[in-house]
Amino acid sequence: MTAIANRYEFVLLFDVTNGNPNGDPDAGNLPRLDPETNQGLVTDVCLKRKIRNYVELEKEDDAGYAIYMQEKSVLNNQHKKAYDALDIKPESKKLPKDEAKARDLTAWMCQNFFDVRTFGAVMTTEVNSGQVRGPVQLAFASSIDPVVPMEVSITRMAVTNEKDLEKERTMGRKHIIPYGLYRVHGYISAKLAERTSFSEDDLELLWRSLINMFEHDRSAARGEMSARKLVIFKHDNPMGNAPAHKLFDSVKVERVDGEADSPARQYSDYHVSVDSESLPAGVSVDERL
Amino acid sequence: MSYGVRLHIWGERACFTRPELKTERVSYDVITPSAARGILEAIHWKPAIRWCIDRIHVLKPIRFESIRRNEVAGKLPAGTVSKGIKSGRVDEVHYFVDQNRQQRASTILRDVGYVIEAHFEFTSRADDSDTPGKHLDIFNRRARQGQCFHMPCLGTREFPAAFELIESEQQMPAVDDDLSGERDLGFMLHDIDFANGKTSRFYRAKMQDGVIEVPPFQEALA
Repeated sequence: MTAIANRYEFVLLFDVTNGNPNGDPDAGNLPRLDPETNQGLVTDVCLKRKIRNYVELEKEDDAGYAIYMQEKSVLNNQHKKAYDALDIKPESKKLPKDEAKARDLTAWMCQNFFDVRTFGAVMTTEVNSGQVRGPVQLAFASSIDPVVPMEVSITRMAVTNEKDLEKERTMGRKHIIPYGLYRVHGYISAKLAERTSFSEDDLELLWRSLINMFEHDRSAARGEMSARKLVIFKHDNPMGNAPAHKLFDSVKVERVDGEADSPARQYSDYHVSVDSESLPAGVSVDERL
Repeated sequence: MSYGVRLHIWGERACFTRPELKTERVSYDVITPSAARGILEAIHWKPAIRWCIDRIHVLKPIRFESIRRNEVAGKLPAGTVSKGIKSGRVDEVHYFVDQNRQQRASTILRDVGYVIEAHFEFTSRADDSDTPGKHLDIFNRRARQGQCFHMPCLGTREFPAAFELIESEQQMPAVDDDLSGERDLGFMLHDIDFANGKTSRFYRAKMQDGVIEVPPFQEALA
């Protein structure tokens, strides 16, 4: 597969209604908040997990789309496989002395595992197949406006332990955000894609996963989450044609006229505009969704 | 012999991990010369040159924030390697994240801005085609247009760095009043000595009105 030849940046807008997009283990699973501004946060790794899950669902057992960070096995088995496939004797904690063989191992991992190809992976375990820096880089997502988490108490008409029988019911708690629109920025480097052979097909799969990842991630805690807008900036030059921050500035998310101080409760309370007129030369914009 | 460049970088968050506090990451107060070098290399680098950081200007007050995330626990003994599957097959081969999970907190910096002043020197791998002007031009042209090899980051990849070249005639961005006076930041990582088995070298960072003079790497303490 030939690697992509353009640099990309993207802005993804997604929203949550009556749910918890990403719990904070430090705060008893309350939705993550930026302590200074009260904006909601969703970490990069949370979104990467969802992308991996989507790819796994879509591609199931397709060759070359295996997901490495998944279930019921051990990292080292993966590397052992690479060694077995290439018939190299594992050396403890070091790359094989022969650099070509080390490269083969890494290449094999990239070839077979979508998430290694996309996000990279550190494979400096006891059976070593090197370290890969993937082309796709995600930042933290944060909400446009401050969000107000609510604690909802719920009751259950059953008990867990026999000794609690006379209580008849137990109480539980859920944390939800009534509404939040989140924005996340991503970067894709063509030069790193060359090294992991991240191809055009992989890129299309990544766009699909960004659009659909919430559709397959329904749960009691999440509420209603959906991707609302994906704006893709494509540079003609593999090194890029414009600073990323300037491109991101052209995507504006504002409250609809006259509602600036009221709480937002749906996507239509926001107005999203992409200033595609004043884009720098050599950058094209593609709006999906 | 002026190959100096000045690059303004800024971002929402940053984490320049202290090597002594790696598990629950705690960031240094300011960017390390090592991270600054990585940012320059993300824009332009060839084996023929080596970036040397001369000065770091800290533009914004130093503020911290804590974030806790689920991370993978990493290594497992190779003794558990199963040989049940024939070579080249990847089915049912996964890293079981929910069984090898650690929750780790990171104490990270918020809302940072720096100016990196640096120059480059030639390494032994330079040949006749490597003139100072050439590399300087490439770097300046790329930084001016926002081009980069990969997006530079502020310590870790989830914290991307926006960057802008400061032209030679341009004024420096203003330093926040919070940073005036002298501040001793203690021993800080200077860079890692890759020639000598990746040993770390440290220097005593002193900030005078937001400016840290970085000694040459050779003078840093091993």
